[in-house]
Amino acid sequence: MLTESPRNPAEACADTVVAAGDPWIHEIRKGQYLRILDLEGNQAADTLFYNAHDYEDRYSAQDTIRAQGNIYLTTGTRLMSSKGHVLLTIVADTCGRHDTLGGACATESNMVRYALEKRHMHACRQSFLKAAIEWGRGLEKRDITHNINFFMNVPVTPEGRLTFEDGVSAPGKYVELRAEMDVLALVSNCPQLNNPCNAYDPTPIRVLIWDPVD
Amino acid sequence: MGAPLFEDVIREGATWSHVLKRGTALRLVDTHGGANVGALFYNWENPTERYNMPDTLKAQHTARLTKGDVLYSDMGRVLCSIIDDSVGWHDPLGGCSNGDLVTRKYGPSRYQEHRNARHANAWDGFVIELEKYGLGARDMVAPLNFFSRVSVDPDGTMRFEAGQSPAGSFVDLRAEMDVLVVLNTCQHPLDPSPVYAPRPVSLSVRRVPPPAADDICRISRPENQRGFTLTERYFL
Repeated sequence: MLTESPRNPAEACADTVVAAGDPWIHEIRKGQYLRILDLEGNQAADTLFYNAHDYEDRYSAQDTIRAQGNIYLTTGTRLMSSKGHVLLTIVADTCGRHDTLGGACATESNMVRYALEKRHMHACRQSFLKAAIEWGRGLEKRDITHNINFFMNVPVTPEGRLTFEDGVSAPGKYVELRAEMDVLALVSNCPQLNNPCNAYDPTPIRVLIWDPVD
Repeated sequence: MGAPLFEDVIREGATWSHVLKRGTALRLVDTHGGANVGALFYNWENPTERYNMPDTLKAQHTARLTKGDVLYSDMGRVLCSIIDDSVGWHDPLGGCSNGDLVTRKYGPSRYQEHRNARHANAWDGFVIELEKYGLGARDMVAPLNFFSRVSVDPDGTMRFEAGQSPAGSFVDLRAEMDVLVVLNTCQHPLDPSPVYAPRPVSLSVRRVPPPAADDICRISRPENQRGFTLTERYFL
């Protein structure tokens, strides 16, 4: 559902541009708002969330889509954790729908999907692991599970086919979430060059955080 | 396939695990009809390599699993291949039940009163079984559900399709490396029935030949040819 946010970027307490191919890791406190903005359009923002106090309790794609009975994420979607908690709620969305079945690109899956010679190409799971290593605090490969792809369009047909389609996003479109508990956000601004998830041209995203209004 | 190396039954609402050896295949049989078997897969040699739902779906352009499809790990290798299947649709999307869901749907039920007929949930079954191998909740990934079907409408709505697995339905999984297989027979979490009625399944393990050049799973799509190449390189 298309919904605009009332929040003003000039009043954000954090405002960062994440270049294509870079990770971003940041704690979001309960009540804060997180906006991810597609600056140039058709960019995929691969995103994971964790309970900030228990990384074992983390975003679960299956629990999230099952809770709402729909595979697409949009305004009103509650992002569920593996232990049944609501991590965040999507409170605004000017894109319309977001994917959580396509996962993150990896050097290994690129070899399977495209060609064995693709191994050298940068991929989201490289960024996830780099951010996890630098963040420390025990975050490691087994914590990197099935993510959200904000701005990405991965339809499933009634016959059970899954396809990667051209994005439904455009310059300036955004999604905004309210943290329902203290969470750790881990974003990979997707470097994929082999499919239309980034329109073959990875571009920057902008990430903003607002404090709750008392 | 030859004579079984062993046979077993997974009772209703129960959990089972086994390190399925490369060169063997596991047959699951829905003996009563309407079973659901949640499943997780790990490389026994290095369990940080495990079944990856998104990689499995996007490499094969599918949101249903059947004969000719394979189960990919996060490392671009094939853990198991679906070499035969009488059902045609196994669900990779719906996930597993947990304690809250089972209590909400079927009511509370304790061992004290109900003994081994107590209401079991798949999450607890999986995590307890994983702990026995030094793994745990951090190693939980999206399980797939054999014998169940969840279809998706054009607007994204998920629909559980009851009654697609008649009694005698089967699926055959060939291990392409030594794979820790963890199975659970709790009901599918989207099963709309208000009655707690999980079904048992029977299983058997047999020796099978390695995947030939014209193996149905290998040649079903060019992605899988590369997946088998990467899997076979693992053993060189």
